[in-house]
Amino acid sequence: MRVLHDRGFTVGAAIALVMVTVAVAAPLLTAWEGQDPTTFHNDLLDSARGGVPIGPLGGISGDHWLGVEPGTGRDLFARVVFGARVSLGVAVSATVLQVLIGVGVGVAAGLGGRHLDAGLSRLVDLVLAFPILVLAIALLAIVPPSWPRPVLLAVVIAMLGWGGTARITRGETLTLRARDYVAAARVSGAGPLRVARREILPGLASPVLTYAAFVLPTNMITEAGLSFLGVGVRPPTPSWGQMLSTATTWFRADPLYVAVPGGLLFATLLAFVLVANGVRRVLDPRQRTEVLR
Amino acid sequence: MIGYVARRLGGTALVLFGLSAIVYALFYLAPQDPAVLTCGKGCTPERLAEVHAAMGLDEPALTQYRHFLQGLFVGRDYPAGPDVRHCPAPCLGYSFETDQPVTALLADRLPVSVSLAVGAEVLSLALGIGAGLLSGLRRYRVLDKLVNGLILAGYAVPVFLIGLLLLMIFCVYLRWLPFPTYVPLTTDPLAWAQNLLLPWTALALIQAAAYARLTRAGVQDTLAEDYVRTARAYGFTERRIVLRRALRGALVPLVTLTAIDLAAIMTSAVLTETMFGLPGVGQLLVGAVNQIDLPVVVGVTLLTGCLVVVGNAVADLLYAAIDPRVQLR
Repeated sequence: MRVLHDRGFTVGAAIALVMVTVAVAAPLLTAWEGQDPTTFHNDLLDSARGGVPIGPLGGISGDHWLGVEPGTGRDLFARVVFGARVSLGVAVSATVLQVLIGVGVGVAAGLGGRHLDAGLSRLVDLVLAFPILVLAIALLAIVPPSWPRPVLLAVVIAMLGWGGTARITRGETLTLRARDYVAAARVSGAGPLRVARREILPGLASPVLTYAAFVLPTNMITEAGLSFLGVGVRPPTPSWGQMLSTATTWFRADPLYVAVPGGLLFATLLAFVLVANGVRRVLDPRQRTEVLR
Repeated sequence: MIGYVARRLGGTALVLFGLSAIVYALFYLAPQDPAVLTCGKGCTPERLAEVHAAMGLDEPALTQYRHFLQGLFVGRDYPAGPDVRHCPAPCLGYSFETDQPVTALLADRLPVSVSLAVGAEVLSLALGIGAGLLSGLRRYRVLDKLVNGLILAGYAVPVFLIGLLLLMIFCVYLRWLPFPTYVPLTTDPLAWAQNLLLPWTALALIQAAAYARLTRAGVQDTLAEDYVRTARAYGFTERRIVLRRALRGALVPLVTLTAIDLAAIMTSAVLTETMFGLPGVGQLLVGAVNQIDLPVVVGVTLLTGCLVVVGNAVADLLYAAIDPRVQLR
């Protein structure tokens, strides 16, 4: 495994793995702490100071490992751990969905006839021209609040963001299509679907994987941003971006409430960027000279 | 060249048309009935039916879209009680909340967003080119490492996180700057810049990372070119070689990116504006979204969409104009 010699990749992968484990094991971790993310603890708040947690460092104690949320007294550790579920879950599913749509459209454009290619390429142009954040805000605002927000977020982010993947896939498909082995498969009577599945898709794996690795942290930033603006995940479901948005009103009185979700968000994003960087160095030999050491 | 420009502009118009259709469809398919929102509280069924008819919501979707486009290009008339209210082109309708023309609302907010975007872009170019150049020359190891770290971090930080950090450091702990409020450039240029300094920095720290990466790659590539070797052989000073030869080659891609990024900053400024409480187009959108003020939402979406599309077109044309190697098709 050449990729393991890359120190950045190893560190990033380790952090990412921890975060994923935390997200998956969220109920176990909070059960171990003995708290849950939605119970209010008004007794732990200083009502004279507007609801700031009692005690130093946001009320850290044996019962509340990272203290409690100002204003509500909900356990910060439990909220952060369950927030990881939303942040990672939305980012990963949006990326998967985005890659599926993008590769589908890209391969169809690359292998289809001239007219299909022209039509799909215009569509990709249109999607790439979307002001993603603005449209996502508008879209999320008009759907009824009863729809499941995390699923909705993933779908909206994917629907607005597949243009890049499609464009790259189309380009790679056009290159692969000109190869002799693809021509050989065609001549020996393989239909377009078989050519796409057996000859083109394997060749697409590494460029698409490299691209998707960079898309993942971008999607995570988008989710955090949307939740920060109040159109993403709705309380009481926690998400890091949403916690940061409440933190903006508390950062004078309780800096730890900013530091915990903010630090975790940054660490996770950095980890995924390091992983993406390592993946690119291994999979894309052209890039090896210009690397982020 | 003229043929290329014409085709490019035609394509741009097509994309804009598609964008308007999609945005309008979103508005039309919205589960909330716009008439209920306009009518407000204490609305009788008769009054609701009146408003519904007055807003043209009884007509089929395509007719409504035609009226919408007509409003954009030649203006349209709205029945308002016994009178008729004329909304001149480009007409985006009236806000449900304040009853002001959406165009006027946008015009009010645009200077804030433009100030934010232009300042941030200038600052990121300065930071990015400087850092990229220094690290591309491979003179200082420590600096190289620092730039590398910053480039990675630039990918990984959401703008509101940097903004929050800057606010905490400079406004709360050090108290060097006041909390940002918007002061128009024409009122007091100094206060304008002082108040926008933190938002600019927040955006620039992220944007500069990309520029630094490009500049560094460009400088390293051009320094390896034959004409640079020739210049060295002629005995030009290193300073002149770097500034005249290497930097010029490295800046071509940046010129075109600037057009795209200016538009991109305008759209992503929603977050920066909310973070710093600046009354720009983005904040208008967030407010409108919370009130379900659909005409304003449609207006902001169309405006930012236009900016992105036009920015991309300008970038393509600039690229073709600057780089003689680009073939126009």
